[in-house]
Amino acid sequence: MAAERIYIFKLFERFWHWSQALLIITMLITGFEIHGSYDLLGFHTATETHTVAAWTLVGLWVFAIFWHFTTGEWKQYIPTMEKVDAMLKFYLTGIFTDAPHPFKQTTVRKHNPLQRLAYLFVLAFINPLIWTTGWFYLFYGSWENWGFGWLSLEYVAMFHVIAAFMMLIFFIAHIYLATAGHTVTSHIKAMITGWEEVED
Amino acid sequence: MFKFNSKGLSLAMTFVMSLGMSWSVMASDAPAPDKVPEKVVTAAAADVFGVAVEAKAKKSTADHSKFKELDVNFKDGPAVTKACISCHTEASKQIHKTTHWSWDYINADTKQHLGKKNVINNYCTSVPSNYKFCTACHVGYGWEDENFDFKSEENVDCLVCHDTTASYKKLPGLAGHPNYKTIEWPPHSGKFKAPVDLKKVAQNVGKTSRATCGACHFRGGGGDAVKHGDLDSSLTNPDRYLDVHMDAKGLDFSCAKCHTSDSHEVAGSRYAPTAKDDKGTQIRGSLEERNAATCVACHGNVPHSGEFAKMNEHTDKLACQTCHIPAYARGDLVTKMTWDWSTLGDLDENGHRKQIYGSEGKALYDSKKGHFTYERYVIPEYQWFNGEVEFTLADTVFDPNQVLKINSFKGSANDGKSRVWPTKVFRGKQMYDKVKNTLVVTSLSDDPETALWKNYDINKAVEYGMKYAGKEFSGEVGWISTEMSWPITHMVAPKEDVVACHQCHRENGRLAGIEGLYIPGANNTPWIDKIGFAIAFLTLIGVLLHGLIRFVMHKRGG
Repeated sequence: MAAERIYIFKLFERFWHWSQALLIITMLITGFEIHGSYDLLGFHTATETHTVAAWTLVGLWVFAIFWHFTTGEWKQYIPTMEKVDAMLKFYLTGIFTDAPHPFKQTTVRKHNPLQRLAYLFVLAFINPLIWTTGWFYLFYGSWENWGFGWLSLEYVAMFHVIAAFMMLIFFIAHIYLATAGHTVTSHIKAMITGWEEVED
Repeated sequence: MFKFNSKGLSLAMTFVMSLGMSWSVMASDAPAPDKVPEKVVTAAAADVFGVAVEAKAKKSTADHSKFKELDVNFKDGPAVTKACISCHTEASKQIHKTTHWSWDYINADTKQHLGKKNVINNYCTSVPSNYKFCTACHVGYGWEDENFDFKSEENVDCLVCHDTTASYKKLPGLAGHPNYKTIEWPPHSGKFKAPVDLKKVAQNVGKTSRATCGACHFRGGGGDAVKHGDLDSSLTNPDRYLDVHMDAKGLDFSCAKCHTSDSHEVAGSRYAPTAKDDKGTQIRGSLEERNAATCVACHGNVPHSGEFAKMNEHTDKLACQTCHIPAYARGDLVTKMTWDWSTLGDLDENGHRKQIYGSEGKALYDSKKGHFTYERYVIPEYQWFNGEVEFTLADTVFDPNQVLKINSFKGSANDGKSRVWPTKVFRGKQMYDKVKNTLVVTSLSDDPETALWKNYDINKAVEYGMKYAGKEFSGEVGWISTEMSWPITHMVAPKEDVVACHQCHRENGRLAGIEGLYIPGANNTPWIDKIGFAIAFLTLIGVLLHGLIRFVMHKRGG
């Protein structure tokens, strides 16, 4: 099958993706340990690691938000319903028969419509939920002073955990769908080198 | 497949990591660096408490051995006291106002009439009719019955607190006196105890010490380590492991370092303890009336910094002691855990007292007292506590079908005044009035005709005890299971030995079952976990199946 190569992911974007991946994996592992799902690093180390990773992610996000607005790349997450049905159909049938991918990646439209929706859900729902609850978690001692004395740690923790489960589920699907490009490895290569193989 | 070939990536990662770190330091309001070197901590602590660690207590401005008033062969304790108060004119009057002297206390909040001479506990139970024995731990001389003169200045015992020679011992049965003549001690043991050298003791008086306070407080309940669990003779010369403040080679705190006193009134009370001190550090010279013997009075409300800053966020719910005292009876001595009076009186074939000792030389059974158990390094039982203690008093009527709480610690997650405290819960089975459903006063030691420890007849002993105390008695003795709680606050471990996070942050951890606490890692919402992991698992199965079909179809197609 003929293929052309286009430059999709710039250096910062790739750096952002992989460092974020590392931090999120770290936080999933340590987070579920803090939650009591298993013993791995020990509660103390797990909380410390989780906290350092969280603040590192905050730092990374400051840069990422700045980058998205200065480069205009934030537009990549504007949702569209166009071709969503075609994408679903492709994942349900076409992908098994090597049918052509219904979405053609370009530098200005690097995410397929399902990706746009999924990432928007992460950005607009999971992240705010996990960040807000996480922040409250971190600043538990200041609730009284901030006027949040009525909050209950139990519920803050519960919503943090719900968001963490969503992140875990997203993570599983995301890793798998990374293999659903033009070839099994083309998306992954693109995320490493910046260059994506796309169909002619 | 995955290849990280870019060096830039790892460099950038390092950058972002360090950025995150600096954020986290900024975010915690602690100014201190992450790790404070050990030396700095010690120096700072020494500075805070105004002691040079190496330097011992400064010499007094008075050398009592040079006073002619004390160069006397005193005939007894009161004679020494007369000499003391010829200079220290107000001392006895000050003592008269304290519970050390009166054994009588009214709790201003609960209005309960307490004090050693009034309460009934589940160790030796009660003082009335047993004065001669019990008042070996009274700061006075001659309290042998209810006619004791509480106004007598010369009957105040100065030496029991101010002795520095370790040779002054008050013996049970002598009504607060040391022995002035050679006596057989313990009775019928064939061993003899030489009389105290009062002149030597008087000429060497000094500040109170762990040893003098401990002479009584380490031996509560009738012997070393018996009662409190966190106070025993191992604290006379503790190492750092046992108590970080009293460490004899380190800070070397005396009891009075925390239990400060003014006019002989000593800070800290078990009848009205301070369970939650949110007043911060006590500034010298402050006129605020407060209990100085709290952790907070020196350490403040936010004592942790750097990597331990998160611990400050535990103090809204937990007492300092809950983490900093991982166990009681940490000094290798065993503390008494249970006392079953109901089996007393079992004599040998000759009708003599039986004493059965365990491998450690501690009595497991004594005809005088029943059965005992002991433990060391005991993990405390934890309770919400707001400082209010309600006692079952001599007249309190209770339900005999339930375990009776000799004292109950009040408090809850929601009253805003409580913290979770470590406690020793001492369990017993003791005599009560089976008809009236009240506790009883028992004649144990003094009266030759009725004393339990001389006659082994519980009915006679209770009858006399109740009559002595002026209480009505139905004539029927029963046995009631009891619990008594003791706050654990001594034997403070060094920071390396505090309760580790996972001891509570786990299922069935130390604080399991304490109402009103959400402990990450311990209290999950099971249905969320079930649904969450189920969906994650189904997603995983889904993508694996999807991948498998792709793989198979591709093989066929290819």
